Amino acid sequence: MSWIDIGHIDDVPLRGARLVKTRLGCIAIFRTAEAELFAASNACPHKGGPLSEGIVHGQSVTCPLHNWVFDLNTGKALGADEGRIDTYPVRLEAGRILLDARAVTERSAA
Amino acid sequence: MKQKLVVIGAGMASGRVLEHLTETAPDAFDITLFNAEPRGNYNRIMLSPVLSGEKTYEDIVTHDGDWYAQRGIACRFGEHVVKIDREMKVVEGENGHVPYDKLLIATGSAPFIIPVPGKDLPGVITYRDLDDTNAMIDAAAKGGNAVVIGGGLLGLEAAAGLAERGMTVTVVHLMGHLMERQLDEAAGYLLRKDLERRGITVRTQASTKAILGEGRAEAVLLESGETLPADLVVMAVGIRPETRLATDAGLDVARGIEVNAQMQSSDPDVLAVGECVEFNGHLFGLVAPLYDQAKVVANTLLGQPDAFVVKELATKLKVTGCDLFSAGDFTEGEGREDIVFRDPARGVYKRLVIEDDRLIGAVMYGDTADGSWFFGLIKDGTDIDEMRDTLIFGPAYQGGDTADPLSAVAALPPEAEICGCNGVCKGTIVEAIAAGATDLAAVRASTKASASCGTCTGLVEQVLQVTLGDEFQMPAAQPICGCTDLTHEDVRRLIKAQELKSQAAVWQELGWKTPNGCHVCRPAINYYLLADWPLEYQDDPQSRFVNERKHANIQKDGTFSVVPRMWGGITNPAELRAIADAAEKYDVPTVKVTGGQRIDLLGVKGEDLPAIWADLNKAGLVSGHAYSKGLRTVKTCVGTDHCRFGTQDSTGLGIKLEQILWGSWTPHKLKLAVSGCPRNCAEATCKDIGVVCVDSGYQIGIGGAAGMDVKETELLCQVPTEDEAIEVVMAVTQAYREGGKYLDRLYKWLAKVGMDWVRANVVDDLENRRALVERFELSQSIYRKDPWAEHVRDKAPSYAPMADFTLEAAE
Repeated sequence: MSWIDIGHIDDVPLRGARLVKTRLGCIAIFRTAEAELFAASNACPHKGGPLSEGIVHGQSVTCPLHNWVFDLNTGKALGADEGRIDTYPVRLEAGRILLDARAVTERSAA
Repeated sequence: MKQKLVVIGAGMASGRVLEHLTETAPDAFDITLFNAEPRGNYNRIMLSPVLSGEKTYEDIVTHDGDWYAQRGIACRFGEHVVKIDREMKVVEGENGHVPYDKLLIATGSAPFIIPVPGKDLPGVITYRDLDDTNAMIDAAAKGGNAVVIGGGLLGLEAAAGLAERGMTVTVVHLMGHLMERQLDEAAGYLLRKDLERRGITVRTQASTKAILGEGRAEAVLLESGETLPADLVVMAVGIRPETRLATDAGLDVARGIEVNAQMQSSDPDVLAVGECVEFNGHLFGLVAPLYDQAKVVANTLLGQPDAFVVKELATKLKVTGCDLFSAGDFTEGEGREDIVFRDPARGVYKRLVIEDDRLIGAVMYGDTADGSWFFGLIKDGTDIDEMRDTLIFGPAYQGGDTADPLSAVAALPPEAEICGCNGVCKGTIVEAIAAGATDLAAVRASTKASASCGTCTGLVEQVLQVTLGDEFQMPAAQPICGCTDLTHEDVRRLIKAQELKSQAAVWQELGWKTPNGCHVCRPAINYYLLADWPLEYQDDPQSRFVNERKHANIQKDGTFSVVPRMWGGITNPAELRAIADAAEKYDVPTVKVTGGQRIDLLGVKGEDLPAIWADLNKAGLVSGHAYSKGLRTVKTCVGTDHCRFGTQDSTGLGIKLEQILWGSWTPHKLKLAVSGCPRNCAEATCKDIGVVCVDSGYQIGIGGAAGMDVKETELLCQVPTEDEAIEVVMAVTQAYREGGKYLDRLYKWLAKVGMDWVRANVVDDLENRRALVERFELSQSIYRKDPWAEHVRDKAPSYAPMADFTLEAAE
């Protein structure tokens, strides 16, 4: 697996998110704890709401448009809603955020 | 012929190597031991008890002069090694050469010094060895103020020790909570509480800018501009492997000296052990893996096969009375689940992290008795599926009751006040219940508890339930959300009563079931905290809906709308020109006049927000807060300035009110209007607060709305002067801020408390009115400012993507 350095952990607010733009759409980088990150598609499957603008709680995010909640581990919508967002491998090394290069170049445009 | 072994550094790791070597093969080596400190090996991890006075240096010596003498080890203590010559296989000390066949580098670690001005002043010390400890003990003897920079393991032990010795101690920590590498926020909060209880001040998210002083340290200057007086400054921000000798000798060094599993460096005759090494990307700061390494070093030197493996680690803080435990990995990763247990009354917090039916991490505070059992499960990778439901209760779990949601009420002492309006304490209510008042109405009738504003109704019901048990049928109260069993009213009251001033405090003390709430409760808690503790609590943007976090309204396509403030609906050509220029410059697709008498720029891209704000700011335009649960607009008519019917200067009053109220957060949006006469062109009678001017003064109505519900205001009072009208509006706004449930418009709050209560507290009781105004002003001293200007200045980069790969060629 090859990794791309996309920035420093402190660039992402705690319990917040930042965007990574790719040719295949935007990826949201979520910071759920001091040293805990997730990467997922930015677009809510419901109406395309920008998930990076949602409230981040536990290991979940709530879409700002209509309050769909997604588990960032699986990408699955929680509760009564049915849907899924793509998730991507991301890791933290010495404060740097490393994103799976395939997320940027090869993924299906979901 | 015996081989010559030279050891550089007499610390805990090399001490253990020498023990192994001299026990198993006393005649294998001629050993020379260099140590920069003028003494042999002592138990470095027990320096904290020495600092706090619980132990002396003599208690922690592990190898004294006799020990080395008996084993024929040549000691060169107090002598620095100048150079390692690998070609000649010679170590150059300050007092002469020593040849080696095998060399062991055990130089340990050096404290990290943050590069701020004043770092070299006398009175600034690190915390690493016995000399540092003695320097701190000497400094503490003089008393005064100590500032410890760094809220990690070492910093906190230093802080506790200095406090124990009578100094006034402040811990300055860069991160959001203490010991963030070992603890999560909840445990960090409890630790902070324990430290504060023993008089230590803790400043988190505080960055050191400089150490000030003439000739010696006198104060620490923070980035915020605040100065903390400091007779002693202890730097305990971290350590780094001490690798200078190895680097100079041309060995492979990354962050530490790189070693293989046999603890050999890139030169097989040079071994390294302890905090100075790096193995497979790992560094080592705790003693357990160092002892494992020491055994491997001894075996490698003796030609025995052995290999070092990295194991899970557990951490404990050596501060008497602070009971915490942390093991394994409780942060990064996917596919993990939490089990959280909190007992607010005992200050206990436990969190287990589970992955694939195995325990992989544990954090505990307050009750760590089961720590080693959990640590065992982590190390062994035990399948915990079978015991999952009861796992958190530990090995001794034999069944028992589920957590009692009423425990907070049950724990209240009899003298605890339940009803603030009528001054009724828990004991009085319990007595009334014993005397036969067995439902809410009866308690109300006999004690007056919850008979006024009613916000304590839930609490009175809980006292009934705690006292009567099953005999009392609790009305189904609506909890805030799935994270808690408490209602909004309960939480608001408990935040005030228990003086909870942080989110972590609310989660812990009120027994939240999730680590940090959800999108429903967190904005509410954030509001309650900032409304009740304006100075102590800092607004958390991450607990706000996107509109309030980004100070613009999100639209369905993800763009934003930007509404600059027009005070009282008054504008001028320069402002209009700036708005027009901005609309063109940022390709704003829609420009619309709003119902609140201002102009909305719709369809602004999120990335452009700071730039458009900066442009608008230049023309004097500030945020209109068209997005906030807070003061929106004060709509006005033209009043006596132009209108032939106007009775008062309604425009002027509207502008004054808007300038006083803007920036304030309220439970829901707050819209005002001022009409200059009863013809009411500003539609003041369907606003949350509406003023209608008449010849004899100002009629103030409250509780109007024109949204999902349409409501006409009810008359609160008529006052003769503009000043008094302003005062009443401020007071009623503050009463709503303090009592309203989050997301209740003012009319809903009014329906709960009743107009009589509002009139009594805001209009008739002048002292209370003034107190409300003062509290409102106190809060406004923080919040009456333009968030756009602030974001332009401090946060602009965060509006852009952190990385953009759309411009690079795809592979």
